[in-house]
Amino acid sequence: MRDTFVATLLDIAKKDKNVYIVTGDLGFGVLKPFWDNLPGQIINAGISEQNMTGFAAGLAREGKTVFTYSIGNFPTLRCIEQIRNDCAYHNANVKIVCIGGGVVYGALGMSHHATEDLAILRALPDVTVMAPGDLVEARLATKAIYETPGTCYLRLGRGGEKRIHQSDPDFKIGKAIKICDGENTAIFSSGAIFDEAYKAHTLLKQKGINTALYTFPTVKPIDKETIEHCCDKYSLIVTVEEHNIIGGFGSAVAEAMSELNNRNSRLLRIGFNDTYASVVGSQQYLRNIYGMSGEKIAERIIENV
Amino acid sequence: MTSEQLAWKIRRHGIEMTHLSHGSHIASVLSVADIIAVLYNDILNVDPKNPDMPNRDRFIMSKGHAGAAVYAALAEKGFFDVEELKTHYADGSRLSGHVSHKGIPGVEFSTGSLGHGLSVGTGMAMAAKLDNKDHKVFVVCGDGECDEGSMWEAALFANHFELNNLVAVIDHNQMQSLDFCENTIKLEPLSDKWKAFGWNVYEIDGHNHNELKKALNAARLNKDKPTVIIANTVKGKGVSFMELDILWHYRFPHEGEEYDNAVKELNDSRPDGVSDPYTDK
Repeated sequence: MRDTFVATLLDIAKKDKNVYIVTGDLGFGVLKPFWDNLPGQIINAGISEQNMTGFAAGLAREGKTVFTYSIGNFPTLRCIEQIRNDCAYHNANVKIVCIGGGVVYGALGMSHHATEDLAILRALPDVTVMAPGDLVEARLATKAIYETPGTCYLRLGRGGEKRIHQSDPDFKIGKAIKICDGENTAIFSSGAIFDEAYKAHTLLKQKGINTALYTFPTVKPIDKETIEHCCDKYSLIVTVEEHNIIGGFGSAVAEAMSELNNRNSRLLRIGFNDTYASVVGSQQYLRNIYGMSGEKIAERIIENV
Repeated sequence: MTSEQLAWKIRRHGIEMTHLSHGSHIASVLSVADIIAVLYNDILNVDPKNPDMPNRDRFIMSKGHAGAAVYAALAEKGFFDVEELKTHYADGSRLSGHVSHKGIPGVEFSTGSLGHGLSVGTGMAMAAKLDNKDHKVFVVCGDGECDEGSMWEAALFANHFELNNLVAVIDHNQMQSLDFCENTIKLEPLSDKWKAFGWNVYEIDGHNHNELKKALNAARLNKDKPTVIIANTVKGKGVSFMELDILWHYRFPHEGEEYDNAVKELNDSRPDGVSDPYTDK
């Protein structure tokens, strides 16, 4: 996803000289194509995320579109007040890019796990929150936030994510993407955990359980229309995110569902169950331990159907 | 209007605004009044008729709690009606206690949480350099604000990127929220710290308008580095019983003796050619 992001942004920045990347001293190798091609449009702010974000707000107030780039919680939680006061309150064209959403950096330890970022960013007014599910969504989301005025958050995986969409879906900020219809149960996935949701959907299908599957590249504004439509149609809604179940994507869906009239569907939120991942292991290992692997998602759904 | 006259007006408005609103931070308004007056009167290229003109100098009040001083200067300079100052803190007002840019002509950036303004200033200064613009970026910070780590992140950054179009002014009034700075978190030697961070440093009397003008004009011409002006000030300057008394960081001039004596003291030192907008009818 990070290479897709960099390639997409490089294309944009070649055409728009007002686009800048500001990195917090991260992106070794990954940002190289940008350094090589547009050295005048990339700035290393050093290991100082508060200053990086305030600096970005200042640049943006002068007409630039600024992508701040770092990993894990560094571009978000470390400088959340600069995002709130300097970026969002000023509707500054700052696009905050996190590489390593969830437990991408599994074995590096909890300091490098971004598992509350969606909740915290979602709580800020005037911040669009994106968590693309595959390489196609990452490319489309990068373009979409570039075209959207104001402060946006883009939560990416790292590398090695699959391409799941075979062609470009109809992509719009605030709109979920339907992969397929189903019976009784709809799986909603947000972010790079999409491959596990897809796997769960496939495993269930093999057992004769046909679930609907949607991906939500936008966490805020949440697609209430799709949620309402699915609540009419399915008795169980399952949200899947590589994030704490409190405050993130599942909570956004829960909020929307709670305001619906005559709702018959139940909600099952799958994610970190209000815990830090203190077990040491790879992303795949941790996803399994904490119940977010395709197999574990499928098991939870079978228990709840 | 002279900068001395404007400084007096800022102090007088500050007393009235905090008195009416029961607002805090009068002592900070009084310490920074001369700095703000010189900036708006003699230094900043800004135009009340065209507050968004592209070549304006950028000014950020990073110590946003002394925002009443900025509102007063803007009103006196014609950015909005002086009468509106009375709505400071009031329900439905545009003028919040800490500076907000929303709907207020002339305010470049909203502040209030300390340690933000200088970073934003680095962004504006870098943008000016990228676009080959000649305007300057001025940021007024507090000395207590130098406790914030982000101040020093910005200081490192501005030096590294040779932001010679960035000027910080530290209102060095020696005090912060609960006590003197030196009793809280030692800052001295403050000038040496900024020198060590690679900045041009001028240390001046922050109530002496000639020194302020000289330093700010010199800062405009610096070619190689960012400049910081350590402006030594007195917290509460101009009202004897507010000077260097920590009480007045938060206390407002109450009805009766406090308000009356503050107004009397200011009027005793009123420069020629200025009227008191609240008592001279």
